[in-house]
Parts: sequence; structure tokens; C-alpha cells
Amino acid sequence: MRRHFGDRFGDGVLFGLTVLASLVAMALIVAIIYQVINGASLAVSTYGLSFLGHTTWNPVTNTYGAGSFIYGTLVTSGGALLLAAPLGIAIGLYLSLLASRRVGAVIGPLVELLAAIPSVILGLWGIVILGPFLRSSIESALHSALGWIPLFGQASLTGLGLFTAILILTIMALPIIASITRDLFLSVAPELKDGALALGVTRWEMVRGVVLSSTRPGIASACILGLSRALGEAIAVLQVIGGGSQSLIHGNLFANGDTLASRIASQILDNVTKLQTPSVFYLALILLVIELIVNLAARWIVHHYRLPDQAAT
Amino acid sequence: MSAIDHTGPLTATGNLRRRQRVDRTMRALATGAAIFAVAILVIVIYSIAQRGASQLSIGFLTKNPTTTINGTGGGIKNAIIGSGLIVAVATAMALPLGVLIAIYLTEFSTPRMAAPIRLALDLLNGLPSIVIGVFVFGLIVLSSGETGFAGSFALSIIMLPLIARNTAESLTLVPKDLRDASHALGISRWRTTTGVVIPSALSGILTGTVLAIARAAGETAPLLLTTSLFNPNATSFNIFGTSLPNIPLDIFNLSESGGAANQASAWGAALVLMAFILVGSLSARAMLARSRRMMSR
Repeated sequence: MRRHFGDRFGDGVLFGLTVLASLVAMALIVAIIYQVINGASLAVSTYGLSFLGHTTWNPVTNTYGAGSFIYGTLVTSGGALLLAAPLGIAIGLYLSLLASRRVGAVIGPLVELLAAIPSVILGLWGIVILGPFLRSSIESALHSALGWIPLFGQASLTGLGLFTAILILTIMALPIIASITRDLFLSVAPELKDGALALGVTRWEMVRGVVLSSTRPGIASACILGLSRALGEAIAVLQVIGGGSQSLIHGNLFANGDTLASRIASQILDNVTKLQTPSVFYLALILLVIELIVNLAARWIVHHYRLPDQAAT
Repeated sequence: MSAIDHTGPLTATGNLRRRQRVDRTMRALATGAAIFAVAILVIVIYSIAQRGASQLSIGFLTKNPTTTINGTGGGIKNAIIGSGLIVAVATAMALPLGVLIAIYLTEFSTPRMAAPIRLALDLLNGLPSIVIGVFVFGLIVLSSGETGFAGSFALSIIMLPLIARNTAESLTLVPKDLRDASHALGISRWRTTTGVVIPSALSGILTGTVLAIARAAGETAPLLLTTSLFNPNATSFNIFGTSLPNIPLDIFNLSESGGAANQASAWGAALVLMAFILVGSLSARAMLARSRRMMSR
């Protein structure tokens, strides 16, 4: 059969355009990595790897270092993961195994709506409502009861600090972990669950023995995606974490801190000395490397264990 | 066959009672976690509605900010216009690109060709928005200054993987029979794709786009790096020439500057933004549910 010129032409154009668009997506990733490395090059050649351990950031004295922010990023994201993982998995279990179809159809979307709240609004809420509440009721109580543990030191005057940031990041990571683990638990074969229940085990024993143990890699990858969200959050953290130009490495959860992402947001528009912008790019490079590793790890787990595809949206 | 012990009690004793207690505790904890998450959502939405509603008036939506002794008064008209323009231009860039990528993934590519593209989309999706902001800052802002368009460009990178992924998903839901029937009629591939496949996946594409818009409308970090130096008291339509005021940065600046009047304005702007996002994501959800019903019928 002879095909019209127009048809062959149209097929070619559509194919060409779609290939081009796909190449653009791949080029974007490369361009982002290149641009960040390029912007950081002056700071990288000046400081080398000692930048990672240097703990003060003071543009006035022309000293820059990422140590405090790496520490703050690990503390806030780690703390948020410690809180969000058990809560999120519990919500995933509730939605997939406990809730009736009708109740689940209401609560599931509500939990996902939590992820739709813009970070800047969550930060505003953190400044005005959560921070003062924490200072007046939670932080002072924890300090007087458990003050001998260095973690629960003197509460800050504003209620802003690492602890508030951890809670805000928990709220952000929670819906991601909950919705991925819900889909994961729903994908467990019903024969396995029914078989366990038929043996006379309780619901929880069935969950522990069948559901949780067969989905362990998927749970890990869900938690990693939640962690990835927490690591990269800039604005809400900047609003509630405090910051400062001195070294911010200390054990007190109620005092000021800062993270890589929030320091980038607060410093990039300033240009006090020539090294400032490259140093901010260096921070972005560190964050980029961490996020690439974390996301590739989650992807590797999904592929290695042949899990159903999952996206944190 | 072993004999069954008929003398055993039928009520739970000892070990079984303990197991049931653990079971009940765990159920209660899981239910409690779900209630906790919903409670957080309710508290946040309630705070926004309660504090924002007292700010909301016709004037708040139709007037530009005015600087007073107490802080910022007036409305957020220029920010609504700016946000609208920035997000509209971002959508105009991300939507065609995302749909084309999805068409390549579902209609043309082999699994081997699809893998690196999916990897790139996943990585783009996983990148923090601040890093995308830094990228655009280095690419555009350092050389030619802040513009609303630089903000649009950053937002379009955030929207691209969302749109491409959702579109690809709804394209794979289009039954193969439809494509086969079209091919059997001798219709060329591009006509099948644009005339049969895309129209039947349209509601899914629309859903993905609305969700991406709702996500982009609330993004603050990329805009802080690309379109933050604007005149707060004037309206600007010049997206390629100047920074545009926008709602997320208004909320950010007002919340950081402290002062009761400023924070009150921040809540008003937060209510406007949150209402837009809620309407967007709820209507997208409704569309998705409707189209799933139609497909399964």
C-alpha cells in the first residue's frame, strides 16, 4: 500500500518532536548538574573538601563553610524521618487493612491533601502558631522533665529552632510515606493474608508476619522518598529554624540551627564578598549530590525487588 | 486423625488474651496515626481560614499593597496577576513538552529507550525545588538579571515530570483496540495519536496538568531566587523584562518581616493561595474519579 506523503511527513514530524522533547528532559538533568558544579568551581578550588567540615558562615569576615548546615540537615531530616516513618507506615496500614472502603475513601485523600499545602504556608503556620505553642507547652515541659539529656536544652525565646523544623518536615514527609505504603500494602496478595488469618493468628500478627515482612524493601524506599522531601525543603525550614552566623553544631534541639537548603535560600541574593555566591553554589552542589544518591537508592530498591512503580507526588 | 480435645475452654485465656491485647493496641495506634494526620490538616486549614477570612474583602483582591506605619496594608492584586502570569507561562512551556515526552514513552519507544528518559524524569521529580532555583539563577539571573520569565522557567522544570508522568499513565490506559482499529482503517500513526489516542486520554492529561499547576502555584524557593526583586506597590505585566510580584513571595516576605499587620496580610494571601490549590486538586481528583468510572464502564 502506498502511503501519502502527508502521512509519512506527519509521522516523521511527530516522532521527531517526541524524541526532541525526551532529549530535552535528559539534557535538563545534565545541564542542572553542570550549572551547579560550574557555579561552585571558585569555592571548590579555594576551599576543597575542608569546606564540608568548616562550621562558620560569616560573609562579613569572608569565611564560608558547610559544616553547620550539613549537621543541621542531618539532624532535622533524620528527626523528621524518625517521626514520620512509624506514623506514615501506621497510616498506610490503617488505610489498606483497617478502614472500611467508605472511611478510607475520605481519609486517604485527606492525608494526601496534607502534601498539597505549600511549604511557605506551613512555614507561616510554624512561625505564628506551632512555634509559640511548642515554646509555651512542649519545650519547657520537656526541658524541666528531661533537661539532663542535652537534647532537651533551654527553650528558645521565639519557639523557633531545630525542633520546630523537625515537626514541620515531619508533616511534609508523612503524606508521602503514608500514600506509598498504602498502595504497597494493598498490593500484598490476598491469599497470603487470608492464609495467615485462617491459621488463627490475630490481625496484627498477620500484619507483622505477612504484610510487613513481605514489603520491607518497599517500605524502605517509601521512607527514603519521604527523607528526600525533608532534605530538600528550603522555605518552610528557613522560616522556622532560626539560623545564625556562628557555628550551629550543638545538641540542643530547641536552639537555632540551619540546613543546606535553607541557607541557600537565605544567602543567594547577597553578594558581600566575591566568594559568597560560589559558596552558595557549593552548598547546592552538596545538596544535589545527597539528593541524587538518595533518589537513586530508592529507585534501585524499587527495581532490584521488582516493586510496583512508585512516585512521590 | 488425632483426637480433638473437646474439654478445652472456648474463651480466650493466657497467651491468646495477650495476643488479642497486642492486636487491639496496634489497631488503636494505626487508627490514632490516621486521626493525627487528619487533625493536623484540619488545624492548618482552620488556622488559614480563620485568620485569613478577616483580611479578605473585595479590596484585598483588587488593590495593590500600600505601605503604612503599621506595615503593609491594602491588597494583593499585583501578586495575583504576577502569580497568574508566571504559572501560565510555565504551563505553556511544560505542557506541550510533557505531553510529547509521554507520547514518545507510550507510542514509540522500546523499553530500552524508555529507561533513561524515565530515569531523567524521576531525578527531575526528586530534585529539591531550591536546586532548580539555583540552576536557573546561574543560567539566567547571574547574566541577565531577575525576570518573571526566569521564575516561569524554574516552575516549568518542576511541572515537567509531573505532567509527563501523569500523561504517560493515562495514555497507557487507552485500550490497544482503539489504536489497532484506527491502524486497520489505514490511518497513519500521527493521525491515530492526535485524533484517537490523545482525545481519549484528555481527561487524564488535564488532571495531571491541574495537579502540576496546583503544585507550581505554591512553590516559593525557585521564585525567591528568580523573581523576588520587584516593586511591591505596583502592577507589572512585563514578564520578560522585570521581576513580577507573586503570592508565595508575598506570604514569605510578610511572615519574615514580623509585625501584626504584616502577619495578618500574610494570612489573607495564604487563604487566597490555599483556596486556589484546594479547588485545583479537589477538582482534579473529581475529574480522575469520573474518568475512571467512564473507562471501566
